[in-house]
Amino acid sequence: MSKFLKATAVIALIAGPAAADTLGLGRAATPAEIAAWDIDIRPDGAGLPQGRGDVETGEEIFAEQCAYCHGDFGEGVDRWPVLAGGQGTLTAERPVKTIGSYWPYLSTVWDYVHRAMPFGNAQSLSDDEVYAITAYLLYANDLVDDDFELSHENFAETRLPNETNFFPDDRAESPVFIAREPCMSDCKPEVKITARAMVLDVTPETEGADLADEVVEVAAAPAFDAELAGAGEKVFKKCKACHQVGEGAKNKVGPHLNGIVGAALGARDGFRYSKALTARAGEGAVWDEAALDAFLTKPKAWLKGTKMAFAGLKKETDRAALIEYLKSQSQ
Amino acid sequence: MPDSPKSGLTTRRGFLAAGLAAGGAGAVSAAQAAGDPAILEVKPWAQELGEGVDARPYGSPSEHEAHVVRRNVPWLTADPVSSVNFTPLHELDGIITPNGLCFERHHAGIAELDPAEYRLMINGLVDRPLVFTMQDLLRFPRVNKVHFLECAANSGMEWRGAQLNGCQFTHGMIHNVMYTGVMLRDILAEAGVKTSGTWLLPEGADASAMTRSIPMEKALDDCMVAFKMNGEALRPEQGYPVRLVVPGWEGNMWVKWLRRIEVGDQPWHHREETSKYTDLLGDGKARRFTWEMDAKSVITNPSPQAPITHGPGPMVLTGVAWSGRGTIPRVDVSIDGGANWVEARMDGPSLDKSMHRFYHDFVWDGKPMLLQSRAHDSTGYVQPTKDALRAVRGENSIYHNNGIQTWYVNEQGVAENVEVS
Repeated sequence: MSKFLKATAVIALIAGPAAADTLGLGRAATPAEIAAWDIDIRPDGAGLPQGRGDVETGEEIFAEQCAYCHGDFGEGVDRWPVLAGGQGTLTAERPVKTIGSYWPYLSTVWDYVHRAMPFGNAQSLSDDEVYAITAYLLYANDLVDDDFELSHENFAETRLPNETNFFPDDRAESPVFIAREPCMSDCKPEVKITARAMVLDVTPETEGADLADEVVEVAAAPAFDAELAGAGEKVFKKCKACHQVGEGAKNKVGPHLNGIVGAALGARDGFRYSKALTARAGEGAVWDEAALDAFLTKPKAWLKGTKMAFAGLKKETDRAALIEYLKSQSQ
Repeated sequence: MPDSPKSGLTTRRGFLAAGLAAGGAGAVSAAQAAGDPAILEVKPWAQELGEGVDARPYGSPSEHEAHVVRRNVPWLTADPVSSVNFTPLHELDGIITPNGLCFERHHAGIAELDPAEYRLMINGLVDRPLVFTMQDLLRFPRVNKVHFLECAANSGMEWRGAQLNGCQFTHGMIHNVMYTGVMLRDILAEAGVKTSGTWLLPEGADASAMTRSIPMEKALDDCMVAFKMNGEALRPEQGYPVRLVVPGWEGNMWVKWLRRIEVGDQPWHHREETSKYTDLLGDGKARRFTWEMDAKSVITNPSPQAPITHGPGPMVLTGVAWSGRGTIPRVDVSIDGGANWVEARMDGPSLDKSMHRFYHDFVWDGKPMLLQSRAHDSTGYVQPTKDALRAVRGENSIYHNNGIQTWYVNEQGVAENVEVS
């Protein structure tokens, strides 16, 4: 196989892109295109861009961009991942698998934060910000001091404590893998029930038909532009990481948004608003369309001190569609 | 019937209650004596005209099947955007999972790609880094293969004991689909893999930019780049327009919305193969690269969501079995909690790394039963008990729980998820 491939490669250099015995499909990827998509990092540091960031800077960015889900110290909010602590729990009844207690390689942290975080706003962090957040996560796991700076220079030598506790799949050597003709009759003297799911009672109730009825009901009396609201539902994807709306919506990282258009500011029971928002609510402010439009344009400009980390919707059409969608979710 | 006639919909509970009530022989003979209105009355569908051919340009199931849907377990995850739902196995038969019922697992929600802007890049240790469009992929020789996709965490909630009451929830992170696509080796050959290229990193175009390391040997063996499922375009939630197919291996590796494949000379150890999808054992050490899905089976009917509603007498017990290492030539069934076993009747196609269907047709005496099934795969491997697995893995593995499932069925035919000694 490899010999064959090598031969075709040589011919390719002479004959151009369509080598003999290939179909000649596709086109050459340009260096700029490869650079745009090839962002992966390996444990040996391969792929890592130049840059640096310290614990203090990382703590600030983490508080702003990550703490809503992961907690100020990486302790995790609700069921969002716990990132720090848990050392010594891997053999406990309830192991806490964090960067410090479980993850084998620091490169995984850098790569994942860079490619997929913050949740709902992926690939928005600069390289230096990713270095800083990674440095802070090391600090939160008691692996470095508070004056630590992480950079491409010291990255590969910064190791995680659980690296050596991983081993490749060896299931085939396990006793359960031995091929055997199993017992077919009188295999046990008695059979007793040892555990029952009904005792736990954690299975969700399911009533598909009821849901269908409610969908019909909502569709019957639209007090909004359905087409625009439909476009707004797509825009709402940007908000979904933190806000719920619709049937059964609850407060999450952000408050639920059912009936938000026309509602008083800061009126959701059980949600802890920022001081800034509570103060504005005290002035009797209401989320009318103008207020929502201004807030959504640039949240931090309209309400200095808001907890909402979202950068804002630059396009007026997006804001109008989103507000229409929120109007449609008035229940 | 508790349902209002105008809704025309039958709630699952209503259906079950009615079925149980009508289950006795008395109810049947009463209906016979009076004459069955289902026969004696002229029904609307036998008198009036139905909808014309264009009423349903993309068909959907009967309204009486409204309860046949994917379901999630809200407490399992922080948010439905990064979560999982479950295939209603108890409502299905045969071996193919309908596209709309294939369980979903997303890490950043459903990416909605425009196929006109779809690009697949091959880079890394290749002679010619290439970019393919959708049109390009359609010009490669095409293949059709039926394979199951099982999440490595399927049954993961059951490690500490019977927890969820229904095979949809205990075993529903699986689907079985016929894929149409291109062999990955044909695409790699276009780019020319260098001799040092021993690993691949497929990457998704969604906001989680999902990545997994795959050894070259597997990629050249049977991996596919697929664009159709069961004959039609992939569903958005299954990776439209293009996903990777990694037969027999854990579902997380079947990268959806596939946008790039990098060739390298060592694994990348990314988040989904370190923090997740590694199997923590009782001694605190963890297995990694546990790619193959072990042989497994489950009885889908009867099961907690699908009780016996017809009373004692002839009945059909059925279920599914699969193995990431080959086919399933045999499944054993027990109705007494594993004390005595009989070989089930296999029916339908037996395909490599595909779901298999089994039946056990017998006369139920109306006494309580403890139902179990035990799969044998073509390598000779026999599905172990849950206790045998716990003995070698502990209870914190999360992944790869392929232990034998037990359903307790009482005299009324109601089934429950239990474990037995």
